[in-house]
Amino acid sequence: MSYSAHYDAIVIGGGHNGLVNAAYLARAGKSVLVLERRHLVGGAAVTEEIYPGFKYSVYSYVVSLLRPEIIRELDLPSHGLEILPLESTVTPLPNGDYLGRWADHDQTRRELYRHSAKDAEAYDDYGKLMYHLAFAVKPIVAMVPPDPTSLSPRDLLSLLKLGKHFRSLGATQFYALVKLMTMSAADFLDEWFETQALKATMSASGIIGTFLGPRSPGTAYVLLHHYLGEIDGSFRAWGFAKGGTGAISESIAGAARRFGADIRTEASVARVLVRHGRATGVALENGDEITARVVVSGLDPKRTFLKLIESEHLPDDFVDSIRRFKIRGSSGKVNLSLSELPKFTCLPRDGPHLRGAISISPSVDYLERAYDDAKYGNFSRRPYMDIIIPSMIDPGMAPPGKHVMSIFVQYAPSDLEGGWNETRREAFGDAVIDTLAQYAPNLPGAILHRQVITPWDLERDIGLTQGNIFHGELSLHQLFFLRPAPSWADYRTPLDNFYQCGSGTHPGGGISGTSGRLAALRVLKDWK
Amino acid sequence: MEAVNSDAMLKGTPFHSRTSALCQSQNWRRWSGHVVAGSYELTHDREYFAIRSSAALIDVSPLHKYMIEGPDAARFLNRVVTRDVSGCAQGQVLYTPWCDEEGKVIDDGTLARLGEEKFRLTSAEPNLLWLHNNALGFRVTVGDVSESTAALALQGPTSREILRCVTDADVGGLRFFRSMAAEVKRIPVTISRTGYTGDLGYEIWVDGENAEPLWDALIEAGGPYGITPAGMLALDVARIEAGLILIDVDYVPAHRALIEDRKSSPFELGLGWTVKLDKGSFVGSTALLKEQRNGSDWQLRGLEIEWESLETLYADVGLPPQLPTIAWRTSVPVYGGRHQVGYATSGCWSPILKKYIALAHLHSTHARTGTKVEMEVTVEHRRKRAVATVTSTPFFNPERKRS
Repeated sequence: MSYSAHYDAIVIGGGHNGLVNAAYLARAGKSVLVLERRHLVGGAAVTEEIYPGFKYSVYSYVVSLLRPEIIRELDLPSHGLEILPLESTVTPLPNGDYLGRWADHDQTRRELYRHSAKDAEAYDDYGKLMYHLAFAVKPIVAMVPPDPTSLSPRDLLSLLKLGKHFRSLGATQFYALVKLMTMSAADFLDEWFETQALKATMSASGIIGTFLGPRSPGTAYVLLHHYLGEIDGSFRAWGFAKGGTGAISESIAGAARRFGADIRTEASVARVLVRHGRATGVALENGDEITARVVVSGLDPKRTFLKLIESEHLPDDFVDSIRRFKIRGSSGKVNLSLSELPKFTCLPRDGPHLRGAISISPSVDYLERAYDDAKYGNFSRRPYMDIIIPSMIDPGMAPPGKHVMSIFVQYAPSDLEGGWNETRREAFGDAVIDTLAQYAPNLPGAILHRQVITPWDLERDIGLTQGNIFHGELSLHQLFFLRPAPSWADYRTPLDNFYQCGSGTHPGGGISGTSGRLAALRVLKDWK
Repeated sequence: MEAVNSDAMLKGTPFHSRTSALCQSQNWRRWSGHVVAGSYELTHDREYFAIRSSAALIDVSPLHKYMIEGPDAARFLNRVVTRDVSGCAQGQVLYTPWCDEEGKVIDDGTLARLGEEKFRLTSAEPNLLWLHNNALGFRVTVGDVSESTAALALQGPTSREILRCVTDADVGGLRFFRSMAAEVKRIPVTISRTGYTGDLGYEIWVDGENAEPLWDALIEAGGPYGITPAGMLALDVARIEAGLILIDVDYVPAHRALIEDRKSSPFELGLGWTVKLDKGSFVGSTALLKEQRNGSDWQLRGLEIEWESLETLYADVGLPPQLPTIAWRTSVPVYGGRHQVGYATSGCWSPILKKYIALAHLHSTHARTGTKVEMEVTVEHRRKRAVATVTSTPFFNPERKRS
């Protein structure tokens, strides 16, 4: 295939946001080139057959917030996107019991009742409040963040709308929202529930991808994310993509190609070409230069501004804030090929629990201890884990009768004391398997192949600075109009014709595609 | 079991011992005097996704089945159904409606040519009397084998692999709408590559006495391929996505219609492709020829209800769109401008297409693909109209269905 030497737009990085961005630009009639360093597109959303016959969603493994308007506007189902439901969450407990939450409301209530009659009732009230709050913050997630210090009509209008929106919330909801924004997940949930495993499993969604523990302030608001998925258009979009998360990227790439975008893999960008404060194209590692009217980066803010652009082209204060941007990696991943299904002591038979999420989060103390290890530079000896068995949901992920297991693990600090190396990586893998074997003793004997991924690997293999899965921590001081830097949260950058579209911009994190889409709309609006 | 089989109760199918043991939801549906599972699990989503992403096992035994045999079998059938049976090869299956003298649809089903002089016809309603009446003068016998023949639909992308595990017959060589005799674990069966899901799939016809071992063999072999018993709720969503109509829901059988307006011709049901007017005279052909010349007043089309429109309607009452989680089967008015131009008869949220879809009877004036119409939706007890686009069916038509 031949590529032209000039494009309307070049998108650096073929992660899901880069692909979404390219698809929207191409849909508007622009000539677009996506440049991906690896041999396949997807970034952190890829499916790879590392061990023959077994397919791993190597990094990102579930989809919850992929925006319905993106699914619709890019017609992703026609490009093969199929999201299969993950219906349950089961938390095995050290005493041989478990806590399950199931697809059926009555079944969940009866199960919660078994642990606490009060929690069973509170769960519905809590669900209703979260539903309201999710409905309240939904417009924020979908908007380009206004700059609160700016006096430009666009920002003022946007802020005014936001103010009106918040005034429309009832007092109860408004106070709950403030609490949610400031409290720790553990404290917030303490106000509602008494069952440790329930609080721990729910608070775990507040710590995923952050370098914080369930008792760190500011972790509560991420609890909302789970509910956001439920009120958007594609309800039941929480799930597992058939074919693994790579299938999501492939479907977006398919849409981008149908709109005419070129996608080039094994094309590593060395730097962005800048002339007179204006981006004019990119130079590849192989020396090729490709020019474009607009350049968009889907890479994280540090990589984008500190590696691709010589600092002389950027204002000092901007470079400083990007340097200060917190992007510590805190999680890893273990992927397993299995000869047989795990037999959990609490639920020894094959059953529906193996088709949903399995959470190793027996208590808030357990999670906080896991965090304590990481605070002082170690990986958790007894980590938090979020496990799914993709082959139980999509049999095509493994040979018949065999299985793959995806284990998200926290904490694995990027700044491991003494540094990461292959030995430490495998020691981390051992800690994961040892911990899991306490709940499913047959697991170690069933392992045919094991892939361990640490923040070190995430940085080296897919270019996530410090291995942070969200392109920057999702803490309050790095959200909305502060993401990634004050005054530069609208996908623009201090360089003309240079934009950012990765998870390091608002709203950031997870396979939502929002950053890619909003950045494309910003580019198109500026296109005159 | 005794109670179930007593005269006052609905019948179980030959698979009842197996299906009832699995039916956690106790959600049973009536089908031709039988009970079949509405869903097995408490929610039906996974059963639906089995149809689309692995394999679903569906008990379709309540179908009426007729064995038509004799030297005139093909000639006789050519006279009663709209498809051309003379061109139907042995081992071929035809989907076909059949009509009354006015060219209005009585029923629809599949017609399998099992031998030179032997066919099996399936139908939703009893048709024995009507077949007998039309058989006068033909050297055929029509036998009702509904009770003695059990049937399972094995539908979904992994259905072929599962069948390969249980039979030596050439499953891979069985083309779309073909059937063959086979043995599954020594049980004689007929396997046809047919179904009501619009996906890759098979229907397996077996003597009722062998029903249970057949079920067990498929469940056992299918485990590694994600086989999942699925009920009518899941099937209903799949068949709407496939654009397949359902008697008594999407059309009223001519024999049951109390007034003329309730009847539909094959042309009006999107089944014009099944009407072979050049094959010679058959029941209803005169009327159908006339309708073909003059055009039809109605057409059955697909509707895609626009999400943005639903979002706006629901935002007015402070809610995100609320859609039914199972397929609906009621008549819903469809408008073009100020006037009603038709009615939708089934609809559902399509989990695979992420679209809200419906099947609708539309005046031919408003039936062109791309036409914007409005479908009635009830938002918080109030009748509203959501914008919808007329589309062709099937809504979902994967390559694997035929490949």
